[in-house]
Amino acid sequence: MEKIDATGMHFKELNSLVRRSGHKEVTILNCIGQRYIGTALKTGSITVEGTPGNALGAYLDGGHILVKGNCQDAVGDTMNDGEIIVHGNAGDALGYAMRGGKIFVRGNSGYRTGVHMKEYKDKKPVIIVGGTSGSFLGEYLAGGVIVVLNLNGETLCTGKFTGTGMHGGKIFLRTENGSILPDLPPQASVRESTEEDMAEIRTDLERYLSVFRIEREKLFSGRFWTVTPNAKNPYTRLYTAD
Amino acid sequence: MQSIFVYPEYEVERNESRCTMCRICERECSNGVHRFNASTGKIDCDDTRCANCHRCVEMCPVRALKIVKSGHTFRTNANWTAQAVTEIFKQASTGGVLLSSMGNPEEQPVYFDRILINASQVTNPSIDPLREPMETRVFLGPKPSRIERDKNGKLINNLKPQLKAEMPILFSAMSYGSVSYKVHEALAKAAGALGIYYNTGEGGLHEDFYKYGDHTIVQVASGRFGVHPDYLNSAAAIEIKMGQGAKPGIGGHLPGTKIVDDVSRTRMIPEGSDAISPAPHHDIYSIEDLRQLIDSLKEATDYKKPVIVKVAAVHNIAAIAGGIARSGADIISIDGYRGGTGAAPTRIRNNVGIPIELALASVDRRLREEGVRDRVSLIAAGSIRNSADIVKAIALGADACSIGTAALIALGCHLCRSCQTGSCNWGIATQKPELVKRLDAEEGARRLINLLTAWNHEIKEMMGGMGINSIESLKGNRLMLRGIGLNAKELEILGIGHAGE
Repeated sequence: MEKIDATGMHFKELNSLVRRSGHKEVTILNCIGQRYIGTALKTGSITVEGTPGNALGAYLDGGHILVKGNCQDAVGDTMNDGEIIVHGNAGDALGYAMRGGKIFVRGNSGYRTGVHMKEYKDKKPVIIVGGTSGSFLGEYLAGGVIVVLNLNGETLCTGKFTGTGMHGGKIFLRTENGSILPDLPPQASVRESTEEDMAEIRTDLERYLSVFRIEREKLFSGRFWTVTPNAKNPYTRLYTAD
Repeated sequence: MQSIFVYPEYEVERNESRCTMCRICERECSNGVHRFNASTGKIDCDDTRCANCHRCVEMCPVRALKIVKSGHTFRTNANWTAQAVTEIFKQASTGGVLLSSMGNPEEQPVYFDRILINASQVTNPSIDPLREPMETRVFLGPKPSRIERDKNGKLINNLKPQLKAEMPILFSAMSYGSVSYKVHEALAKAAGALGIYYNTGEGGLHEDFYKYGDHTIVQVASGRFGVHPDYLNSAAAIEIKMGQGAKPGIGGHLPGTKIVDDVSRTRMIPEGSDAISPAPHHDIYSIEDLRQLIDSLKEATDYKKPVIVKVAAVHNIAAIAGGIARSGADIISIDGYRGGTGAAPTRIRNNVGIPIELALASVDRRLREEGVRDRVSLIAAGSIRNSADIVKAIALGADACSIGTAALIALGCHLCRSCQTGSCNWGIATQKPELVKRLDAEEGARRLINLLTAWNHEIKEMMGGMGINSIESLKGNRLMLRGIGLNAKELEILGIGHAGE
C-alpha cells in the first residue's frame, strides 16, 4: 500500500501520482478539495482521508473508493462499475448518469441524486443513501436502483420533484416515526414495497449494513416504499408528424 | 365531428403505358403507398402515405413513376398559407407537438449565398493547384501563445493534443439509433480513407467500429448514452454536446421503437425504452461546471485528447464562446439554425437560433478582441452545402466545417424529411433490418470519398484563385469576401465590405 500526502497538491499532480503509483491500494492523506480522484479507475482501491473535491470517481470502471469523511458534488459521475463508499455526506449530483457499480453513502446526499441513471441487462447501478436526499432525486431515471433509508427518521426523506421524468428503474424510500412520502409527478407512482421489490435490493442492503455496522433491526423497523415509472415511453404521444 | 382530411402534398404519377406490373415499387416502399389490387389487376396508389423520397421512382426499371406536387390548393392567402392551415388541422386533430426532420426548410436568408469570393488579377498571381503544392490540412486544437526554449536554446514542444485533418471538413455528429449501422460504417470508412473524422453523436460507439477510433470523435451529451472509459479512450477527440442548431435549448427523445437490439446495447439502455436526453446537462449550470466536465474527461483520458464543446448558434453566442474558450475546451463547434436533425419540434427548428454565418463571424471577432482566439479552434456547421460555403466559412473565421446533411445526401438521402418515422426507404434513418440492408457501406464510403475529394479540389481551386496556397492564410481572411445585397449592419456583423467596395 502506498500513502500519498496531498497537502498543497494540485489535483493534476495528485491524480497523476495515483494513476502511476503501481500499487493496488493507495491512501490519500490530508485531502483538501482535490477534484477527479479515481477518475476511470479500473482496478485497485483508493482510501481518502480528508475531503475530496468534486467529481470523485467519475467514470469509475471497477475500482474501489473509500472516503472516511464527506464528499463534494458529482461523486461517481457517469460511473460504469466498481464501488464508492462514503462515511459522511455526499454533495449534489451524486451518481449522475451512472450505469453500473454501487455507491453507498452513510449520511445525506444533496440535490439531483441519481439523475438519469440507466441500466442494461445485468448492468444495474445502485445508490444507497443512509440519511435523506435533496430535491430532484432520480429525475429522468431510466434504470437502476436508488434507496434512501432516512435512518434518522426525518419527516421528509427527500425534497421536491422526486422522480420527475422517470421512465425506468426503481426508487426505494424508507419511512419511520410518521415520516411522510414526497409528492410524486404524474410520471411515477408509489406502492408499499413488495417481497419481490425487497428481494431486488436485499443483497445490497446486507452489504450496506455490514459496511457501516448498522443493526438489521434498526433498518427493518421502518417501512419501505417503491416508486416506479408509469411508462417507459413517456414521450410517444407527445408528437404529431408535420 | 368529422375528422379533418389533409389532402396529400405530393402525388404519385404512374405512366400506365410504361408500367409492366413488375411490382418492384410495391416491395420497395416501406410506407405502403403502392398496393397491387388483385380484383382490378392494377397497382393502387395511396398518396397520403407518400413521403416523396423517390425510392420507387429510382427503382422503377421502366421510368413509369414520378412524384409531382399536388395541384390541390386552398384559396390563395399570403398570410394563411396552405402549410399554416394544415398544421392547425393536424394539431387540432391530435393535440401533438409538430415534429419535423432535417434542417429548417423555410425561406430565410442564407448569408453564404450573399457573399462573394475574391480572385487575383495581374498582381499577386493566382496559383494552379494542379501544378503547385496546396495545403488544405488543418490542425484543430489550442495553439501555444508563445515559443518556449530549454536552457540549451532548443524548442520545447508545448503544443497540446491536436486533431489533424487532411482537409477542413469533418462529418457531423449523427447518433447510432437516429441513423443506421451502415451509415456509421460508411462514415467511419470514409473518414479513415480521407484522413478526417466522423462523430458518433450521443448514441455510443458500436463495438465493431472501435477499430476506426483514430478517425472517430465520440460525443458526451446530457443523456451520457454509451459513455464509459473505453469509449472515451477509443477516440481521437471527445465532444461535449451542449446544444444542436436544429433544436437549441431542448433535449432529444429517441423513441423506444428505434431502441432495438444493437442500438440498445450500444446506448446501454433496455430495448424499447425511450432514450431521453434532457435539455441541459443536469450537472452543468455554469462555465465552471463545464470546466469540471472537460477536466474530468481529460483526467479519464490522461490529457491525450482534445475536448470539443458543441453549442447551437444563439443570440449571445459570442459571449458564450468567450466563456467556453476559458473553460479549458480545445475546440468549439458551432451549429447554425439551419442544421439538420433526426427529429425536432417544428416550431423550435424553424424559429430558434441564428444563422451560422453571423454566429461564426461574431464569435471569431469576439475571441480575437478578447485575445483568446488561439486557445481554441472553431468548427462551423449548420448547413454547409458545398465547397464554396466552406471557403466562405473559413474566411469568416472557422478552422474547419462539419457536414451532416450533405454526407447523408451522398449516401442516398433524398431529403424527404421523414426521418422521425423510422421507415427510411434508403436505409439511413431507420433500424429496420430489411431497410438498413439497402444501404451498401462500401459504396457509401466511396461516394463520401468522391464528394470530399471533389470539394477539397474545389477549395484548392478557389484558394489558388485568390493567390493563397495554405488554408491557414485563408482563415479569418475577410478581405477575400464581399457581401452582395446586404445592409450595413449585416456587413458590419460579418466584418466584410460590400461588393464593389
